Amino acid sequence: MIKDNLFDCGHTACLGCGEALAAKRVLQVAGKDVITTDATGCLEVFTTRYPETSWGVPFIHSLFENSAAVASGIEAALKALGKADEVKVLAQGGDGGTADIGLQALSGMFERGHDVLYVCYDNEAYMNTGVQRSGLTPFDTATATSPAGKYSWGNEHRKKDIPAIAAAHGIPYVATSSVAFPRDIENKVKKALSITGPKYIQIHVPCPLGWRSKPENTIKIAMLAVKTGLFPIYEIENGDLTGVRKVSEPVPVEEYLKLQGRFAHLFKKDGGKDEIKKIQELADRNIKKFRLN
Amino acid sequence: MKTFIEGSRAVADAVTVCRPKVISAYPITPQTHIVEELAKIVANGKVKAEFVNVESEFSAASVVLGSCATGARSYTATTAQGLFLMAEVLFNISGMRLPIVMTCANRAVSAPINIWNDQQDSLSMRDSGWIQLYAEDNQEALDMHLQAYKIGENKGVLLPVMVCMDGFILTHSYEPVELISQEDADRFLPSYQPEDYLNPDNPVTMGAMVGPEAYMETRYLMQEAMENSVKVIEDVANEFNNQFGRYYGGLIDTYKLEDAETVIVSLGSVLGTVKDAVDSLREKGEKVGVLKVRSFRPFPKDAICEALKGAKKVHVLEKAVSIGMGGIVSSEIKAAFCGKTGVPEIVGSIIGLGGRDITVETIIGILNGSGDSSYDQFIDIKKELVEDPEPSDEAVAANA
Amino acid sequence: MKLKPGAIADSHTSHGNLTGSWRTFKPVYKQKDCTGCKLCVINCPEGCVFEVEDRKYTCNLKYCKGCGICAVECHVNDIEMILEDK
Ligand SMILES: Cc1ncc(C[n+]2csc(CCOP(=O)(O)OP(=O)(O)O)c2C)c(N)n1
Ligand code: SF4
Ligand code: SF4
Ligand code: SF4
Ligand SMILES: [Mg+2]
Repeated sequence: MIKDNLFDCGHTACLGCGEALAAKRVLQVAGKDVITTDATGCLEVFTTRYPETSWGVPFIHSLFENSAAVASGIEAALKALGKADEVKVLAQGGDGGTADIGLQALSGMFERGHDVLYVCYDNEAYMNTGVQRSGLTPFDTATATSPAGKYSWGNEHRKKDIPAIAAAHGIPYVATSSVAFPRDIENKVKKALSITGPKYIQIHVPCPLGWRSKPENTIKIAMLAVKTGLFPIYEIENGDLTGVRKVSEPVPVEEYLKLQGRFAHLFKKDGGKDEIKKIQELADRNIKKFRLN
Repeated sequence: MKTFIEGSRAVADAVTVCRPKVISAYPITPQTHIVEELAKIVANGKVKAEFVNVESEFSAASVVLGSCATGARSYTATTAQGLFLMAEVLFNISGMRLPIVMTCANRAVSAPINIWNDQQDSLSMRDSGWIQLYAEDNQEALDMHLQAYKIGENKGVLLPVMVCMDGFILTHSYEPVELISQEDADRFLPSYQPEDYLNPDNPVTMGAMVGPEAYMETRYLMQEAMENSVKVIEDVANEFNNQFGRYYGGLIDTYKLEDAETVIVSLGSVLGTVKDAVDSLREKGEKVGVLKVRSFRPFPKDAICEALKGAKKVHVLEKAVSIGMGGIVSSEIKAAFCGKTGVPEIVGSIIGLGGRDITVETIIGILNGSGDSSYDQFIDIKKELVEDPEPSDEAVAANA
Repeated sequence: MKLKPGAIADSHTSHGNLTGSWRTFKPVYKQKDCTGCKLCVINCPEGCVFEVEDRKYTCNLKYCKGCGICAVECHVNDIEMILEDK
C-alpha cells in the first residue's frame, strides 16, 4: 500500500485529469509541513467528498473567490502563534478562482506581502460547473458559454496575462509550469518555498473532459502546448525574466489543436485555416517575446 | 474608575484585552474608529496581534476565517454595505463553526446610500448562523465583546458572534465607562483552544463537500448549537455579573414590566429613550414597561412569551423592515406566541430608519395610542414626501 | 459516526473509495524492457503505480482508473492497455 501519501488514492477526478496530477506533484514537493487552501472547483470537489478526503496535509476550502484571502489569514495566524518558521502556506485555485472571481483577493495577498505560495491550476475554463469559458480560456476555444457556431469561432478573447499581473505587484517570484514537466514543477515549487513573501506559479493542466481529449494524451497535449509556444514556460524573479524553457524547434499549432475537441470547429468550418493562422501568430508572438528558440 | 471615552475606542479597548491574535477589517463609516483604534493599539505593541489591512470586507471576513481555522482568536468589524459584501463568507464561517467575533456598527443599507443608523444590516443577516447580540449603551457594548468570545468559543456552541451596536449613536458618543483591565479579562476569558484546527501535526480537512446524505445534519447541529447557546448566554452574563458586577440581562432584560399592560419591545440604543418615555408615563400612573431583546439570535422565544404573557398590548419598535412583510422582530414575536393562549395584541412599529431621530414624544404617542397610525407600521412618515399634492383648484376645474 | 462541528474530515480517508471499478481498460505492466525511469509513477494521476523491485513496476488495480497515461508515457512501451474482462 501507498503509505504516508500526502495526496491519497481514491479521489474522484476524471480519468487522466491533469489537475489531479499537478496537485499531487506540488504537494509531494511541498511536503507535510504545509497548510493548504483551495478555491471551489474541480480539485476541491474531487478530493474532499465528505467524509472522505485525499489530503494528507491540513486543508481548507472556503469559497470560490477567497483562497488567497483565507491563505493570508492562515499566514497571519501562523505568525501570531509563532509557527511561521515551521509551517508553509500553499494556496491553490483553478483558473476561474484565480484569474476571474478571485483576482481581487489574490492581488490583496500579493500587495500585503504574505508569505504564501499560490498555485493556479490552469485548465483554461470553469470545469467544475461544466466547461464554461474563463478569463484564461484561449482564443477560439469552444466552451459551453463560448460555443462555436455559424457566427462564432468560440471564445473571442485572449488568455488574460495573470503572471504579468502578478509580477506587476513586485512580488519576488512568478513562474509558469506544465504538468508535462514534473521536474520543472518540482524545481519551481522548491525554489518558491525557499523564498519569503508572495509567490505565484501557474501550471498548465489539460482537462480531458473539458478539452475533449483522450485521457491518455494528457501529458502529450500539455507537452505540445509548450512546444508550440502557446503556453510558454518561464520565471520572473523580482520583476526580471530569469529563465525560460527553450523550444528549439517549435511545433505548428495544428499539432496541438487537432488532439482536442474544443478546437475541432477550426478544422471543420470554412475559414478555419485563417483562425488557426491567428492562433499560430499568438504562439509566434510568445516565442519572440520570451525568446523561446 | 470610569473613563470618559468614545464608544468605538471603548470597544477597541475591550477587544484588545480579549487578546485577539489576528484582526482584519476594512474601513466603513461608522465602524472606522474601532479599527483605527485597534490599528494604533497593535502598532504600539499593546497587544501582540497581526493586523491585516485587506482590500475589501470580503477578504476581511476570509482572513479571519483562515486565521480562526488555524487556531488563532480573531476579530473583525464592519457595517451595512461591508456586512453585505461579507454575506457569503458569514454563512461559511458559521457553517465551519468558527467562533469569530465581529462588531457590527449598525447602519442603514443602500440604496439610497445613507451612513446613519438603523438595524437593517444585521437583521437582514439573521439567517447566517451567527449569534447576534444588541448593546444598549457603550458600557454594555464593550462588556459584550468579552462575553461574545466566551459564548462563541464554548464547546457546546462554536458559533461566530456579532456584537451589534448602533452606529454613531453608540460608536461616536462619549460616555463614562469602566474599562476592563488585562488581568480581569484574563480571569474571565480563557485562551482559545480549539479541538481541531489547521495543524500539520494532526492534519484535517475543513470545508469538504457534504452531499444530501449529511448536509441536513450539519444544519441540525447548528440549530442545536444555537439552542445550546441560550443557556450559555445566560450563564456568561451571570459569570460576568459575578466578576464585574454589571448585568444587562441574558437573552432579554425587563424594565418596569411586572404589572405593565402596555409594553414596548426593542433592541439597541433606542431603549434609553424608551425607558425615558416609560418613566414619564409611569409618573402619570400608566402601566407601561419595557422588554429589551438582547439576543436576537438565538431568538429567545420562551423568555419573551413568558415576559409578555401578562401584557395587553405589545409595541415592537424596530429599525428595520422586511419589505413585503413588515417588521422583522414583530413577526418573530408573533410567531413565538403562535398556538399559545392569552396572547397580547402585538403591533409592529418601524421607526428611525436611516438615522431618523426617535423622540420621547413619538414613543409616548405609540404607548398611549395618540400617535399617527396612518402609515401602517411606519412611524413618523412625512406626508408631503409620500403623497401626491392635492390638485389645485385650476386643475380640478380643467378636468371637470 | 457523529459529524464533527463544521463537518471536519479526518485525513487519509479517501482510500476507502476504490476507483478501480471505473476502469474499462487496464494497464498490463509487462516488466520486460523497463528501464526504471519512473515516468509511469510520476505521471499517474491516481498515484497508484509503485516499484515492485528494481526495474519492475506495477499499479494498484484497486485505484487505477485505466486512463492510459502510463502506457503512452512509457518510453519503451513496457505497459500495454487491454480491455478488461470483468
Ligand atoms: C460565488 C460563486 N460563483 C459561482 C460558483 C460556481 N462555481 C463553482 S466552481 C466554478 C468554476 C471553477 O472553475 P476553475 O476555477 O477554473 O476551476 P476548475 O473547476 O476548472 O478546476 C464555478 C463557476 C461558486 N461556487 N461560487
Ligand atoms: S473535469 Fe477536468 S479538471 Fe475536472 S476532474 Fe475532470 S478532468 Fe479534472
Ligand atoms: S515508464 Fe516504463 S520504463 Fe519507465 S519505469 Fe515505468 S514501466 Fe519502466
Ligand atoms: S492507467 Fe492511468 S490510473 Fe492506471 S496506472 Fe496507468 S496512469 Fe495510473
Ligand atoms: Mg479551470
